[in-house]
Amino acid sequence: MTLPLGWNGPLSGLICGALFGIILQRGGLGNGCRLVAALRLQDSTVFNVMMTAIVVAGSGLYVLELAGLLQLSDVFVPTTYFWATLLGGALVGAGMGLGGYCPGTSVVGAAGGRIDGIVFFIGMIVGVMVFAGIYDPITPLLGAAAGPQAQTLDALFGIPAWLILAIMAGIIVGVGWFTRRGHADPSIVCAD
Amino acid sequence: MKQRPIWNSYVAGVALGFALLLTFVLTAHGLGASGAPTAIAAVVSNAVAPAATQSNDYLGWMVAEGADPLNSWIVWEVIGVLLGALAAAWWSGHLRLRVEGPPRITNGGRLALAAGAGLLSGFGARVSAGCTSGLGLSGSATLATAGFVFLIGFFGAGMITGLLTRRMWR
Repeated sequence: MTLPLGWNGPLSGLICGALFGIILQRGGLGNGCRLVAALRLQDSTVFNVMMTAIVVAGSGLYVLELAGLLQLSDVFVPTTYFWATLLGGALVGAGMGLGGYCPGTSVVGAAGGRIDGIVFFIGMIVGVMVFAGIYDPITPLLGAAAGPQAQTLDALFGIPAWLILAIMAGIIVGVGWFTRRGHADPSIVCAD
Repeated sequence: MKQRPIWNSYVAGVALGFALLLTFVLTAHGLGASGAPTAIAAVVSNAVAPAATQSNDYLGWMVAEGADPLNSWIVWEVIGVLLGALAAAWWSGHLRLRVEGPPRITNGGRLALAAGAGLLSGFGARVSAGCTSGLGLSGSATLATAGFVFLIGFFGAGMITGLLTRRMWR
Protein backbone atom coordinates (compact mmCIF):
# COMPACT_ATOMS: atom_id res chain seq x y z
CA MET A 1 0.00 0.00 0.00
CA THR A 2 1.30 3.42 -0.88
CA LEU A 3 0.16 6.50 0.97
CA PRO A 4 -1.05 9.11 0.27
CA LEU A 5 -3.81 7.63 -1.89
CA GLY A 6 -4.14 10.70 -4.11
CA TRP A 7 -7.94 10.58 -3.87
CA ASN A 8 -8.91 14.10 -4.94
CA GLY A 9 -12.42 13.75 -6.32
CA PRO A 10 -15.64 15.51 -5.25
CA LEU A 11 -16.58 12.80 -2.71
CA SER A 12 -13.16 13.07 -1.03
CA GLY A 13 -13.63 16.83 -0.76
CA LEU A 14 -17.15 16.49 0.64
CA ILE A 15 -16.10 13.93 3.27
CA CYS A 16 -12.96 15.76 4.45
CA GLY A 17 -14.84 19.08 4.42
CA ALA A 18 -17.84 17.71 6.33
CA LEU A 19 -15.53 16.40 9.07
CA PHE A 20 -13.78 19.79 9.16
CA GLY A 21 -17.10 21.66 9.35
CA ILE A 22 -18.60 19.44 12.06
CA ILE A 23 -15.49 19.69 14.25
CA LEU A 24 -15.09 23.48 13.81
CA GLN A 25 -18.77 24.06 14.61
CA ARG A 26 -18.79 21.73 17.65
CA GLY A 27 -15.44 23.18 18.78
CA GLY A 28 -17.05 26.63 18.91
CA LEU A 29 -14.90 28.03 16.09
CA GLY A 30 -17.77 29.32 13.99
CA ASN A 31 -18.44 31.95 16.65
CA GLY A 32 -16.96 35.36 15.78
CA CYS A 33 -17.28 36.59 19.36
CA ARG A 34 -15.13 33.70 20.60
CA LEU A 35 -12.59 34.10 17.79
CA VAL A 36 -12.10 37.80 18.60
CA ALA A 37 -11.90 36.99 22.33
CA ALA A 38 -9.10 34.53 21.46
CA LEU A 39 -7.14 37.36 19.83
CA ARG A 40 -7.56 39.49 22.97
CA LEU A 41 -6.22 36.49 24.99
CA GLN A 42 -9.52 36.21 26.85
CA ASP A 43 -10.41 32.75 25.55
CA SER A 44 -7.99 29.88 25.00
CA THR A 45 -10.43 27.60 23.11
CA VAL A 46 -9.14 28.55 19.66
CA PHE A 47 -5.49 28.19 20.69
CA ASN A 48 -6.13 24.77 22.29
CA VAL A 49 -8.06 23.41 19.29
CA MET A 50 -5.59 24.66 16.71
CA MET A 51 -2.33 23.75 18.48
CA THR A 52 -3.62 20.33 19.56
CA ALA A 53 -4.70 19.60 15.97
CA ILE A 54 -1.28 20.66 14.62
CA VAL A 55 0.57 18.41 17.09
CA VAL A 56 -1.78 15.42 16.57
CA ALA A 57 -1.68 15.61 12.76
CA GLY A 58 2.06 16.41 12.80
CA SER A 59 2.77 13.43 15.07
CA GLY A 60 0.60 11.22 12.86
CA LEU A 61 2.59 12.20 9.77
CA TYR A 62 5.82 11.62 11.72
CA VAL A 63 4.74 8.13 12.87
CA LEU A 64 3.53 7.17 9.37
CA GLU A 65 6.89 8.22 7.96
CA LEU A 66 8.76 6.34 10.71
CA ALA A 67 6.72 3.23 9.89
CA GLY A 68 7.66 3.61 6.23
CA LEU A 69 4.05 4.06 5.14
CA LEU A 70 4.34 7.63 3.87
CA GLN A 71 7.06 10.06 2.80
CA LEU A 72 6.65 13.67 3.93
CA SER A 73 8.03 14.66 0.51
CA ASP A 74 4.89 13.09 -1.03
CA VAL A 75 2.52 15.48 0.78
CA PHE A 76 2.17 19.19 0.08
CA VAL A 77 4.52 21.30 2.18
CA PRO A 78 4.12 25.02 1.45
CA THR A 79 7.16 27.18 0.66
CA THR A 80 7.87 30.40 2.57
CA TYR A 81 7.87 33.69 0.68
CA PHE A 82 8.83 35.58 3.79
CA TRP A 83 7.22 39.00 3.23
CA ALA A 84 4.17 37.71 1.37
CA THR A 85 3.55 34.92 3.91
CA LEU A 86 3.95 37.30 6.86
CA LEU A 87 1.97 40.19 5.32
CA GLY A 88 -0.82 37.90 4.09
CA GLY A 89 -1.02 36.36 7.55
CA ALA A 90 -1.22 39.84 9.09
CA LEU A 91 -4.07 40.86 6.75
CA VAL A 92 -6.02 37.66 7.48
CA GLY A 93 -5.37 38.29 11.21
CA ALA A 94 -6.58 41.90 10.95
CA GLY A 95 -9.64 40.62 9.08
CA MET A 96 -10.40 38.33 12.00
CA GLY A 97 -9.78 41.08 14.58
CA LEU A 98 -12.25 43.37 12.77
CA GLY A 99 -14.80 40.95 11.32
CA GLY A 100 -14.58 37.98 13.67
CA TYR A 101 -13.71 35.32 11.08
CA CYS A 102 -11.03 33.87 8.87
CA PRO A 103 -11.91 32.28 5.51
CA GLY A 104 -12.79 28.81 6.91
CA THR A 105 -14.58 29.93 10.05
CA SER A 106 -16.74 32.40 8.07
CA VAL A 107 -18.24 29.38 6.27
CA VAL A 108 -18.90 27.68 9.64
CA GLY A 109 -20.41 30.89 11.07
CA ALA A 110 -22.59 31.33 7.98
CA ALA A 111 -23.75 27.69 8.19
CA GLY A 112 -25.06 28.37 11.72
CA GLY A 113 -27.23 31.21 10.37
CA ARG A 114 -24.88 34.15 10.99
CA ILE A 115 -25.56 36.71 8.27
CA ASP A 116 -22.31 38.52 9.13
CA GLY A 117 -20.49 35.28 8.21
CA ILE A 118 -22.20 35.24 4.79
CA VAL A 119 -21.30 38.90 4.22
CA PHE A 120 -17.69 38.23 5.31
CA PHE A 121 -17.49 35.44 2.69
CA ILE A 122 -18.82 37.74 -0.06
CA GLY A 123 -16.26 40.34 1.05
CA MET A 124 -13.52 37.74 0.51
CA ILE A 125 -14.63 37.17 -3.09
CA VAL A 126 -14.31 40.94 -3.69
CA GLY A 127 -10.91 40.86 -1.95
CA VAL A 128 -9.69 38.20 -4.41
CA MET A 129 -10.86 40.38 -7.32
CA VAL A 130 -8.98 43.40 -5.93
CA PHE A 131 -5.89 41.19 -5.56
CA ALA A 132 -6.20 39.97 -9.17
CA GLY A 133 -6.56 43.60 -10.29
CA ILE A 134 -3.22 44.63 -8.80
CA TYR A 135 -1.44 41.27 -9.20
CA ASP A 136 1.06 42.42 -11.84
CA PRO A 137 2.53 45.41 -9.96
CA ILE A 138 2.81 43.49 -6.65
CA THR A 139 4.37 40.33 -8.15
CA PRO A 140 7.90 41.30 -6.98
CA LEU A 141 6.64 41.55 -3.37
CA LEU A 142 4.90 38.17 -3.60
CA GLY A 143 8.11 36.37 -4.56
CA ALA A 144 10.48 38.34 -2.30
CA ALA A 145 12.73 36.61 0.25
CA ALA A 146 11.72 33.11 -0.83
CA GLY A 147 12.88 30.34 1.47
CA PRO A 148 14.12 26.91 0.35
CA GLN A 149 11.43 24.86 -1.43
CA ALA A 150 9.08 23.16 1.08
CA GLN A 151 11.32 23.99 4.04
CA THR A 152 10.36 22.60 7.46
CA LEU A 153 11.29 23.83 10.95
CA ASP A 154 13.44 20.77 11.69
CA ALA A 155 15.54 21.58 8.61
CA LEU A 156 15.63 25.31 9.49
CA PHE A 157 16.81 24.79 13.08
CA GLY A 158 18.69 21.53 12.50
CA ILE A 159 16.82 19.68 15.25
CA PRO A 160 14.69 16.53 14.94
CA ALA A 161 10.99 16.83 14.08
CA TRP A 162 9.95 14.89 17.22
CA LEU A 163 11.63 17.55 19.37
CA ILE A 164 9.65 20.35 17.69
CA LEU A 165 6.43 18.37 18.20
CA ALA A 166 7.40 17.78 21.86
CA ILE A 167 8.12 21.51 22.39
CA MET A 168 4.69 22.39 20.94
CA ALA A 169 3.03 19.77 23.16
CA GLY A 170 4.83 21.36 26.12
CA ILE A 171 3.48 24.80 25.14
CA ILE A 172 -0.08 23.38 25.00
CA VAL A 173 0.36 21.89 28.50
CA GLY A 174 1.84 25.19 29.79
CA VAL A 175 -1.03 27.28 28.40
CA GLY A 176 -3.47 24.73 29.82
CA TRP A 177 -1.89 25.09 33.26
CA PHE A 178 -2.09 28.90 33.18
CA THR A 179 -5.74 28.81 32.09
CA ARG A 180 -6.71 25.90 34.41
CA ARG A 181 -9.32 28.03 36.18
CA GLY A 182 -11.33 28.21 32.96
CA HIS A 183 -10.81 28.61 29.23
CA ALA A 184 -12.58 31.93 29.07
CA ASP A 185 -12.51 35.24 30.92
CA PRO A 186 -15.86 35.31 32.81
CA SER A 187 -16.45 38.90 31.61
CA ILE A 188 -16.76 37.55 28.06
CA VAL A 189 -20.02 35.85 27.19
CA CYS A 190 -20.16 34.37 23.72
CA ALA A 191 -23.44 32.64 22.91
CA ASP A 192 -22.63 29.68 20.68
CA MET B 1 -34.73 23.27 21.25
CA LYS B 2 -32.17 22.14 23.77
CA GLN B 3 -28.76 23.69 23.13
CA ARG B 4 -25.79 21.38 23.47
CA PRO B 5 -22.57 22.95 24.78
CA ILE B 6 -19.45 23.05 22.61
CA TRP B 7 -16.89 20.24 22.91
CA ASN B 8 -13.97 20.38 25.27
CA SER B 9 -11.24 22.23 23.31
CA TYR B 10 -8.68 19.39 23.59
CA VAL B 11 -11.24 16.84 22.37
CA ALA B 12 -12.03 19.12 19.41
CA GLY B 13 -8.29 19.56 18.79
CA VAL B 14 -7.58 15.81 18.76
CA ALA B 15 -10.59 15.22 16.46
CA LEU B 16 -9.41 17.99 14.11
CA GLY B 17 -5.88 16.54 14.15
CA PHE B 18 -7.15 13.11 13.04
CA ALA B 19 -9.44 14.64 10.39
CA LEU B 20 -6.44 16.59 9.05
CA LEU B 21 -4.24 13.48 9.11
CA LEU B 22 -6.95 11.55 7.22
CA THR B 23 -7.04 14.35 4.63
CA PHE B 24 -3.26 14.14 4.15
CA VAL B 25 -3.42 10.35 3.80
CA LEU B 26 -6.32 10.47 1.31
CA THR B 27 -5.36 13.49 -0.81
CA ALA B 28 -1.65 14.27 -0.21
CA HIS B 29 -2.55 17.76 1.00
CA GLY B 30 -4.28 19.29 4.01
CA LEU B 31 -7.53 21.16 4.62
CA GLY B 32 -8.09 24.66 3.26
CA ALA B 33 -10.69 27.35 2.66
CA SER B 34 -9.56 30.42 0.73
CA GLY B 35 -9.35 28.49 -2.56
CA ALA B 36 -13.16 28.49 -2.69
CA PRO B 37 -13.71 32.29 -2.73
CA THR B 38 -10.83 32.43 -5.24
CA ALA B 39 -12.62 30.00 -7.59
CA ILE B 40 -15.91 31.89 -7.17
CA ALA B 41 -14.13 35.21 -7.87
CA ALA B 42 -12.72 33.74 -11.11
CA VAL B 43 -16.14 32.51 -12.26
CA VAL B 44 -18.04 35.70 -11.32
CA SER B 45 -15.34 37.88 -12.85
CA ASN B 46 -15.39 35.77 -16.03
CA ALA B 47 -19.18 36.13 -16.29
CA VAL B 48 -19.07 39.93 -15.85
CA ALA B 49 -15.89 40.75 -17.76
CA PRO B 50 -14.69 37.72 -19.77
CA ALA B 51 -11.98 39.47 -21.78
CA ALA B 52 -10.40 41.15 -18.77
CA THR B 53 -10.56 37.93 -16.70
CA GLN B 54 -9.05 35.70 -19.37
CA SER B 55 -6.17 38.12 -19.88
CA ASN B 56 -5.61 38.53 -16.13
CA ASP B 57 -2.33 36.97 -15.01
CA TYR B 58 -3.79 35.67 -11.74
CA LEU B 59 -7.29 34.48 -12.67
CA GLY B 60 -6.83 33.85 -16.42
CA TRP B 61 -5.50 30.27 -16.25
CA MET B 62 -8.38 29.22 -13.99
CA VAL B 63 -10.98 29.98 -16.66
CA ALA B 64 -8.84 29.27 -19.75
CA GLU B 65 -10.33 27.01 -22.45
CA GLY B 66 -13.63 26.53 -20.67
CA ALA B 67 -12.04 25.20 -17.46
CA ASP B 68 -14.40 25.18 -14.48
CA PRO B 69 -12.62 26.25 -11.28
CA LEU B 70 -15.76 25.38 -9.27
CA ASN B 71 -15.21 21.68 -9.98
CA SER B 72 -12.10 21.45 -7.83
CA TRP B 73 -11.31 19.55 -4.64
CA ILE B 74 -11.15 22.72 -2.52
CA VAL B 75 -14.62 23.90 -3.62
CA TRP B 76 -16.12 20.46 -2.87
CA GLU B 77 -14.34 20.54 0.47
CA VAL B 78 -15.80 23.96 1.37
CA ILE B 79 -19.28 22.71 0.35
CA GLY B 80 -18.58 19.82 2.76
CA VAL B 81 -17.62 22.32 5.49
CA LEU B 82 -20.89 24.20 4.91
CA LEU B 83 -23.01 21.03 5.04
CA GLY B 84 -21.12 19.56 8.01
CA ALA B 85 -21.33 22.79 10.02
CA LEU B 86 -25.01 23.19 9.08
CA ALA B 87 -25.80 19.68 10.34
CA ALA B 88 -23.76 20.23 13.52
CA ALA B 89 -25.42 23.60 14.21
CA TRP B 90 -28.87 22.09 13.67
CA TRP B 91 -28.13 19.00 15.79
CA SER B 92 -26.75 21.10 18.66
CA GLY B 93 -29.64 23.58 18.59
CA HIS B 94 -27.58 26.56 17.43
CA LEU B 95 -29.09 27.04 13.97
CA ARG B 96 -30.76 30.45 13.96
CA LEU B 97 -30.70 33.32 11.45
CA ARG B 98 -29.14 36.41 13.08
CA VAL B 99 -26.48 39.09 12.70
CA GLU B 100 -23.62 38.84 15.17
CA GLY B 101 -20.80 41.24 15.91
CA PRO B 102 -19.72 43.86 18.42
CA PRO B 103 -22.65 44.56 20.80
CA ARG B 104 -22.13 48.33 20.63
CA ILE B 105 -22.86 48.79 16.93
CA THR B 106 -26.00 48.40 14.84
CA ASN B 107 -26.69 45.44 12.56
CA GLY B 108 -25.95 47.63 9.52
CA GLY B 109 -22.63 48.62 11.04
CA ARG B 110 -21.81 44.98 11.81
CA LEU B 111 -22.49 43.93 8.23
CA ALA B 112 -20.39 46.80 6.86
CA LEU B 113 -17.56 45.79 9.20
CA ALA B 114 -17.89 42.13 8.13
CA ALA B 115 -17.78 43.11 4.43
CA GLY B 116 -14.66 45.26 4.89
CA ALA B 117 -12.94 42.67 7.08
CA GLY B 118 -13.82 39.93 4.57
CA LEU B 119 -12.26 42.00 1.80
CA LEU B 120 -9.02 42.34 3.82
CA SER B 121 -9.04 38.62 4.59
CA GLY B 122 -9.71 37.50 1.01
CA PHE B 123 -7.02 39.84 -0.30
CA GLY B 124 -4.56 38.78 2.42
CA ALA B 125 -5.08 35.06 1.83
CA ARG B 126 -4.09 35.58 -1.82
CA VAL B 127 -0.95 37.51 -0.79
CA SER B 128 0.15 34.59 1.40
CA ALA B 129 -1.26 31.96 -1.01
CA GLY B 130 -3.21 30.35 1.83
CA CYS B 131 -5.25 31.11 4.93
CA THR B 132 -5.46 29.99 8.55
CA SER B 133 -6.63 26.53 7.41
CA GLY B 134 -4.30 25.92 4.47
CA LEU B 135 -1.14 27.51 5.84
CA GLY B 136 -1.66 28.03 9.57
CA LEU B 137 -3.17 24.60 10.33
CA SER B 138 -2.26 22.25 7.45
CA GLY B 139 1.12 23.86 6.71
CA SER B 140 2.13 23.89 10.36
CA ALA B 141 1.16 20.21 10.74
CA THR B 142 3.84 19.36 8.15
CA LEU B 143 6.15 21.60 10.26
CA ALA B 144 6.49 23.90 7.23
CA THR B 145 8.29 27.14 8.10
CA ALA B 146 5.65 28.95 5.98
CA GLY B 147 2.86 27.81 8.33
CA PHE B 148 4.56 29.31 11.37
CA VAL B 149 5.56 32.55 9.57
CA PHE B 150 1.88 32.91 8.61
CA LEU B 151 0.73 32.28 12.20
CA ILE B 152 3.18 34.89 13.56
CA GLY B 153 1.75 37.51 11.18
CA PHE B 154 -1.81 36.31 11.84
CA PHE B 155 -1.71 36.40 15.65
CA GLY B 156 0.49 39.54 15.74
CA ALA B 157 -1.87 41.65 13.62
CA GLY B 158 -4.94 39.90 15.04
CA MET B 159 -3.98 40.72 18.62
CA ILE B 160 -3.24 44.37 17.78
CA THR B 161 -6.59 44.78 15.97
CA GLY B 162 -8.42 42.85 18.67
CA LEU B 163 -7.00 45.04 21.44
CA LEU B 164 -7.62 48.28 19.50
CA THR B 165 -11.29 47.36 18.96
CA ARG B 166 -11.94 45.86 22.42
CA ARG B 167 -14.21 48.75 23.48
CA MET B 168 -16.69 47.85 20.74
CA TRP B 169 -17.17 44.42 22.37
CA ARG B 170 -18.07 45.64 25.86
